[in-house]
Amino acid sequence: MRVSLFITCVVDQFYPQVGEAVVQLFTNLGVEVGFNAEQTCCGQPAYNTGYRREARAVAVQMLRLFERELQTSDYLIAPSGSCTAMVKNSYRELFSGEPELQQRAQRVGERFYELSQFLVDVLGVEEVGASFNGRVTYHDSCHLLRELGVSSAPRKLIRAVRGVEFVEMHAPDACCGFGGTFSVKYPEISTAMVAEKAINIARSQADMVVACDASCLMQTAGFLSREGSNVRCLHLAELLASRNGDC
Amino acid sequence: MEHLDQPETFAENYRRALINPSLQKALTTATGKALDARNHALADVGEERWQQLRARARAIKEHTIDNLDYYLEQLAANVERSGGHIFWAKSASDARQYIVELAARRSVKVAVKSKSMMTEEIELNPALEAAGIEAVETDLGEYIVQLANERPSHINMPAIHKTRGDVADLFTEKLGVERNEDISEMAALARRVLRQRFAEAQMGITGVNYAIADTGTVVLVENEGNIRLTNSLPRVHVALMGIEKVIPQLSDLDVFIKLLSRSASGQKICSYVSFLTGVKTSQREEGPDEFHLIILDNGRVEMLANPHLRESLFCIRCGACLNVCPVYEKIGGHAYGWVYPGPIGAILTPQLIGRERAAALPFASTLCGACRDVCPVKINLPEMLLHLRHEIKETGRATKVTSRLNRLAEFLEHSVFKFWAAAIKTSLRYRVAAHAARATHALFGRRNKDGARVLSFSRWTNTREATPLAKRSFRERWPELIKSAEETAEAKVVETIALPTSMNNR
Repeated sequence: MRVSLFITCVVDQFYPQVGEAVVQLFTNLGVEVGFNAEQTCCGQPAYNTGYRREARAVAVQMLRLFERELQTSDYLIAPSGSCTAMVKNSYRELFSGEPELQQRAQRVGERFYELSQFLVDVLGVEEVGASFNGRVTYHDSCHLLRELGVSSAPRKLIRAVRGVEFVEMHAPDACCGFGGTFSVKYPEISTAMVAEKAINIARSQADMVVACDASCLMQTAGFLSREGSNVRCLHLAELLASRNGDC
Repeated sequence: MEHLDQPETFAENYRRALINPSLQKALTTATGKALDARNHALADVGEERWQQLRARARAIKEHTIDNLDYYLEQLAANVERSGGHIFWAKSASDARQYIVELAARRSVKVAVKSKSMMTEEIELNPALEAAGIEAVETDLGEYIVQLANERPSHINMPAIHKTRGDVADLFTEKLGVERNEDISEMAALARRVLRQRFAEAQMGITGVNYAIADTGTVVLVENEGNIRLTNSLPRVHVALMGIEKVIPQLSDLDVFIKLLSRSASGQKICSYVSFLTGVKTSQREEGPDEFHLIILDNGRVEMLANPHLRESLFCIRCGACLNVCPVYEKIGGHAYGWVYPGPIGAILTPQLIGRERAAALPFASTLCGACRDVCPVKINLPEMLLHLRHEIKETGRATKVTSRLNRLAEFLEHSVFKFWAAAIKTSLRYRVAAHAARATHALFGRRNKDGARVLSFSRWTNTREATPLAKRSFRERWPELIKSAEETAEAKVVETIALPTSMNNR
């Protein structure tokens, strides 16, 4: 089996260690990994801000790249629920009135998976040989949960990590307040939301909060760090690639 | 109350709300309680049955809205047949004028009102007052809001922004009573005051929850009994409905009652459900002598014509999307600046008062989708918010931005996205842009706690640490990564987890 990574622009530029963990993880699982360096961004920032013309131009480019990748790979994998939902769900709306593009997006979408869902639902793997000593809680990122309907896969993967004590925080499915441009258009509301998330994280007494989207981590870690919290924020892939009780 | 005359008003409104501790407490408590009650009621119904109810309600709404002209004409004919009057109002002012003139003809001095978002939408109370008619709100929450000279801040919990202490203070000030924070005693006090007003009123004004086309019956749903008094005691009853409130037949009603009561307050059924068909036919019957049903467009026909926004007309005003919305929970209803708050308000308001006046609202959402999940008629709220954003930014429908500063901000934002789209069109440009960003950080960035360079972008960094750009991007690391992965695979040094064989065979 071969998978091709859509690494996402946020991971590429801000969190390359997440991408490295994904590569490590698939290598450990004996899955061949590919990455086409022509990729850029799925177009969601423009789409969500209302600039569909700009988003469409980017999406058409990416769609072409995804189709090329699927000629040599079995699946496309992204370490993000949000970018995956953009490709699987929103491309159809973005290409409305263009049935040919919609059909192509539909075909690509059928073989496009978010990482945790792919591991559990497609590969049938929960235990990936990772180990980490500590209390871990999980934040449901909105698009993974509500656009893709994924909530149990990441929890199964976390629970199967050796040494992990998994705890649910209160309201794990409450939005962290990022919301893309929302976080800079309305910074005070965005902050009030992440402040509530931070309280729930603290009350869970977890050492680490894990999420499947780097953008939720950017928001949550940015706030926790400013508040002087010692709780670490990690992408699921980083936890799953951990060895020897540490990561 | 701040109105949405300028796009920047929203920012002022929500900032004020965020620093109001009493409001924050009231919002957290009340939305939390309402949502808990809803979730308990749903657990009793069971997930599968709940989804069946939602699907049925949605199917009825889709069918009715697709055939709205037919059902509205049928409704009107049946109301008239049973002795009621129909008035088709194109605009809010048409509806106001009809009511004020009717009240003048009947020498009305006092009109009692039940809770009705529609009368808020047409701003009826000021019009009645200008004509010398006293309008008295009789729903407890609305009464509180009216005493405080405010507007409701929630679709069905109008005084949600007030704590019990706030209400006790208000009653002491306005009614001249000794301060008492006991909720049932405050309610009893309001009831005593309002009974007197019911007896004085010559006109009762209500909204409409459902209007049944094939019988001409208006259905009203409530918990306090004040609606029943409003529509039965005064000699004239005026009911206002938006064109979307019609349902084809009585057998379509039960699913909506089940969904509305549970979604709004976690009740199996609301305490009072009134069925009103026309006027009494003999003096031995109860009820008013005259019944007027006002059927209002006020921008709804335009919603009907827009396939992307048509679902706006499916809303049954349960308020669940407000209770679940993390943005509403932080800023409350008044911040939205007009009648309808929360996610559904962010969709309705731009369509009802103009996209240019409410341009900020569709952006006041993280698109988290919690509203879509709780909506009893499965309205795709995030999709409509996205569509409105698109209309506001790209279709030129909202170019009439009021201030020069806003025009500049809009121009800059669009330029950023144009540049962004150009920069990520090819991977070469993307890499050049990434290097430029790193150079900018190196030149102008400050060092963060870990010694990495970050740009101070106040709208982010006032409250959150900025995440530094990685020294080397993933794509720059990839050649080494793949080399090492291939070596690993060949040498088989690392323990591999066996995949199901079917997977390995692909």
